[in-house]
Amino acid sequence: MPEISRDEVAHLADLARIDLDDAELDHLAPQLAVILESVASIRGVAGDDVPPTSHPIPLTNVFREDVVTPSLTAEQALSGAPASEDGRFSVPRILGDEQ
Amino acid sequence: MSDTLVPFDDVLASYDPALGLEVHVELNTVTKMFCGCPTEFGAEPNTQVCPTCLGLPGSMPVVNGKAVESAVRIGLALNCRIAEWCRFARKNYFYPDMPKNFQTSQYDEPIAFDGFMDVDVDGETFRVEIERAHMEEDTGKSTHIGGATGRIHGADYSLVDYNRAGIPLIEIVTKPIVGAGAKAPEVARAYVAQLRDLIVALGVSDARMEQGSIRADVNLSLAPKVSTGSTTKPVLGTRTETKNVNSLRSVERAVRYEMSRHAAILDAGEKVLQETRHWHEDTGITTSGREKSDAEDYRYFPEPDLVPVAPSREWVEELRATLPENPTAQRARLQAEWGFSDLEMRDTVGAGALALVEETVAAGSSPQAARKWWLGELARRANDTDTAIDALGVTAADVAAVQALVDAGTINDKLARSVFEGLYAGEGTPEEIVAARGLEIVSDEGALSAAVDKAIAANPDVADKIRDGKVAAAGALIGAVMKEMRGQADAGRVRELILAKLS
Repeated sequence: MPEISRDEVAHLADLARIDLDDAELDHLAPQLAVILESVASIRGVAGDDVPPTSHPIPLTNVFREDVVTPSLTAEQALSGAPASEDGRFSVPRILGDEQ
Repeated sequence: MSDTLVPFDDVLASYDPALGLEVHVELNTVTKMFCGCPTEFGAEPNTQVCPTCLGLPGSMPVVNGKAVESAVRIGLALNCRIAEWCRFARKNYFYPDMPKNFQTSQYDEPIAFDGFMDVDVDGETFRVEIERAHMEEDTGKSTHIGGATGRIHGADYSLVDYNRAGIPLIEIVTKPIVGAGAKAPEVARAYVAQLRDLIVALGVSDARMEQGSIRADVNLSLAPKVSTGSTTKPVLGTRTETKNVNSLRSVERAVRYEMSRHAAILDAGEKVLQETRHWHEDTGITTSGREKSDAEDYRYFPEPDLVPVAPSREWVEELRATLPENPTAQRARLQAEWGFSDLEMRDTVGAGALALVEETVAAGSSPQAARKWWLGELARRANDTDTAIDALGVTAADVAAVQALVDAGTINDKLARSVFEGLYAGEGTPEEIVAARGLEIVSDEGALSAAVDKAIAANPDVADKIRDGKVAAAGALIGAVMKEMRGQADAGRVRELILAKLS
């Protein structure tokens, strides 16, 4: 039976940038455990001969020719941005997460 | 915040280094990995973007077939096995350089794996095992605004250009390289250099480190030295990953620096922190980046919007047939064929003239003559005019034609330089330039004889010395005759005439 601890939920929330307070963690951790349990029951049904599915249609090698298609203009690209400057997206300063 | 360092030789007395290199190669496809946006360098910000590479809702990626082909060719050139079936995966992280909040990459199913590359360092061969080569996409480019230095720390906000986001990358990862000892820094450098040459030979990338189309991350750890003959298996120490080392020289320096820094930490009885380090080109040091997340923090999962890639064995064999000769093997072959010394070979390669010399030899020149022109006159011209040596307007066929004129005695080396001047100026073929500029050596014995007589008459002291048997003095008279003939005489013939007249 799968288990998910309150600490794991807090860690995942942190990774997903979801701000959860203590009460929410207490509330959500058991719920997630139930969801995991339900999903795990599928594992019991699938035999060794059933490979895990990542795509519902059994297709491979869907490729595109290396040919340019029209891009957006900078104006179009930035039209949905909350803030922009010099043709670029403006984002809040980033701390501690440099890739 | 400067780190304590242990002198390099002392590091080796106590520790064995283990290296790992991750090299990102930006492919030279015309379009991005998953959309048809162009990849051209230097466009106005955010003009090569579309809903797919901006990660807008509802957009769907489609794999660039040419990029898969390049990935397979790189894998084959690195002696890898090519996956029969593999998938893309989402690497989840939040950082504004990826607008989707994940990077489409490959996780446990790389397209190529289990290869190797033999790296030569000072005549010694190290086999670098390749763990994997996988496909992924590049990120956007952030500019940090505000703060004292324009660096990320202290910045007020950042501006992002997504033109680069989605350009195909191949990440090539080595297995730990152990046993290089004192040569670890050179092995790291030689590996990246040979890999770059291979990528150039494959024609799959611009392979310009200074423009970032090849970027190296250097992993390094130290383990306590195991005495020779011991059967104890060395245990790898804690590693650091120095990111974005963007020149061959820096790869070597970064390894050297990290070895000295790790040794100081271990000598003090402390533990090396597993983390990302930033390389500083100007000062030659690394500084702490962030603590390395565990792989599971990226929460990789198979990309549901892309179907698996399953390269047929027939296709793989077709691509194998397109592989160029391995550049390292090619060099060894050419060096033997041409009889070049190690230094001559190194200079030829360093000047970017290997292919040009090869073509010139194929066009009929002797290897030494071809080398002489390309590394002398033409390399100097390239340097003086800040032009690539293959963009001077002089072809290998031209150089072979000039040398043929020298061999035939039509011109000499000095006159050949005037022919090259004519070639730079686009005055026609070497033969046409010789005719138009009147460069042909004067073989009229009468004119030569008169010039020799004139030089003897003008330099009676020198003439007397030669009559007394000091043949070395003839040089002064030869010079005078060559000047009189405006260089258009065969110096050997002039010497013969002088000695004959004064014997």
